[in-house]
Amino acid sequence: MNKTARVALVALLCVGAAACSKKQEVKPQQAPEQAPVTQPAPETGKYTPADLDTDACLRQRVVYFDFDKDEIKPEFQQIMACHAKYLQDRPMAQIRLEGNTDERGTREYNLGLGERRGNAVSSALQANGGSASQLNVVSYGKEKPVCREHNEDCWSKNRRVEIIYTAK
Amino acid sequence: MIKPMRRNRPLFALLLLCLAAFVAGPAAGQALNVQITGGLKTATPIAVVPFAQTGAPLPTDVAEVMRNDFNRSGKFRSLAKSEIVETPSRGAEIKFATWRLLKQDYIVVGRVNDAGNGMVQVQYELWDVNKQQSLLNQAMPPAPVGDLRGVAHQIADAIYEKITGVRGAFWTRIAYITAVGLGNNTTYSLIVADSDGYNPQVVAKSRESLLSPAWSPDGRKIAYVSFESGNSQIYVQDITTGSRQLVASHPRGINGAPAWSPDGRKLALALSYVGNPEIFVLDLASRQETRLTNSLSIDTEPVWSPDGQGIYFTSDRSGRPQIYQMPAGGGAPTRVSFQGQNNANASVSYDGKQIAMVQGNGNVYRIAVMDLSLGGQVRYLSPGPIDESPSFAPNASMLLYAATEGRRGVLYAVSADGMVRQRLVLSDGDVREPAWGPYRQR
Repeated sequence: MNKTARVALVALLCVGAAACSKKQEVKPQQAPEQAPVTQPAPETGKYTPADLDTDACLRQRVVYFDFDKDEIKPEFQQIMACHAKYLQDRPMAQIRLEGNTDERGTREYNLGLGERRGNAVSSALQANGGSASQLNVVSYGKEKPVCREHNEDCWSKNRRVEIIYTAK
Repeated sequence: MIKPMRRNRPLFALLLLCLAAFVAGPAAGQALNVQITGGLKTATPIAVVPFAQTGAPLPTDVAEVMRNDFNRSGKFRSLAKSEIVETPSRGAEIKFATWRLLKQDYIVVGRVNDAGNGMVQVQYELWDVNKQQSLLNQAMPPAPVGDLRGVAHQIADAIYEKITGVRGAFWTRIAYITAVGLGNNTTYSLIVADSDGYNPQVVAKSRESLLSPAWSPDGRKIAYVSFESGNSQIYVQDITTGSRQLVASHPRGINGAPAWSPDGRKLALALSYVGNPEIFVLDLASRQETRLTNSLSIDTEPVWSPDGQGIYFTSDRSGRPQIYQMPAGGGAPTRVSFQGQNNANASVSYDGKQIAMVQGNGNVYRIAVMDLSLGGQVRYLSPGPIDESPSFAPNASMLLYAATEGRRGVLYAVSADGMVRQRLVLSDGDVREPAWGPYRQR
């Protein structure tokens, strides 16, 4: 194989690999429409770190938003309640709320919008009993999309706040 | 090629190859691919004859660099090299009848002389074809062979100014951000390149997002936002020495949207440690921050008026983002943009008469320019659907902006009348956040 052919081969293979990896990337880590929570947060007894991996409610750590909105939709209230309870049960626990937006609008404006969403989740967790000292909001705006298609299906997956436990 | 493609190779080896190819992208110093998408019939025809040369073969075709500059400007239409049938290198050798027949208004001839020790000296002449009159006859200072592109841009600037009366802005630099690689392996780079995209140099590199590069008025420093610490922070970096200072790093909230005051002493910023993004002015010497806005809305993307008296910014205090203006010392903002569902990210021309912005209508975001000297009349420079980051050239003859094509970001240079657009594409990766630098100092 001459040099040109080899370079071309590498280029083609790269394109192929990139296409494959992009397809995988498109798969949402979690569907925007939340599955009904079958296992309610325990009313008695306290959460332990193990529950973060096993509790059906606590395992849900993404809150999705409507376009240009920062209101917490009713279907996410239960998630707010269980994570707030975890914060109450585990006073040393810390959460970083990462606010994200879809690609529409400018980067700096979207930093503001992502922060609004992070603040909305922070307020909801505090309203449910979490402490402000356990919550830290960071906005990435449109810098960290989970989906890169230019359509509403994709945009709805990117308009999100991710709940990240930095201390359990 | 079908046969080798069917060979089954381990995927990770492939990814390594790809990664190597991607990472090599900007660092390899390859040029941006250029492409004219429109044309202007009324542009002035000019013939730039290949320059004669002595000594070793040169790495740069000086005339070709100038032809591309002229074409990109929208003001000129340069004769294609293939149609240049005679190659005079000084005025006395020009047969004007030939160039009149080719319908050229102006002709440029010149020569590159070997000045020894890797230096060259370029001489050029600009002639009016119809009047058979010499307009310029200059010898450039000797320059290293490696700087020939810069010399060519300076000659193009002198010719542009001689014919149009407006200072040329070809010998300028641009800054932009690239994102190379996939997912968590993405590397972000702040790049500085010539105005035509050549000679890209990496100024800063990070595994986390970089955004909002802003040139200091003297062209020596760039302020930018980096997420390398996990949250947004603002750095000011000297592009020659690479030394940098952290100038805004409130642990809570956004540290974003830096914009230099015209005197280079202050940065306007968007900071949200107070609860929501507000416009502040940071005095770089004293590090004192002065808050200018006070609303519950998102106030961001400040930019100074050229006289330093006012600041334009984006605010959604009316519901959707719009452009507002306020005194640079603080005071009641007034709304500036009224056309379109939303407007953001203003760039102001050097004379303060034109404001470029991103205008969104539905899901279409285009670059719009509002002309304050024409009662706020708006014209559109780009087709959308996801165009952003407009940035005026220092002479306002052109703008840079970012567009999205498929999954990648690309940069466009567009003439201020919107008639000529040229794509600047890195062969790999995602390009965004262009910022056109000031005039260079000789």
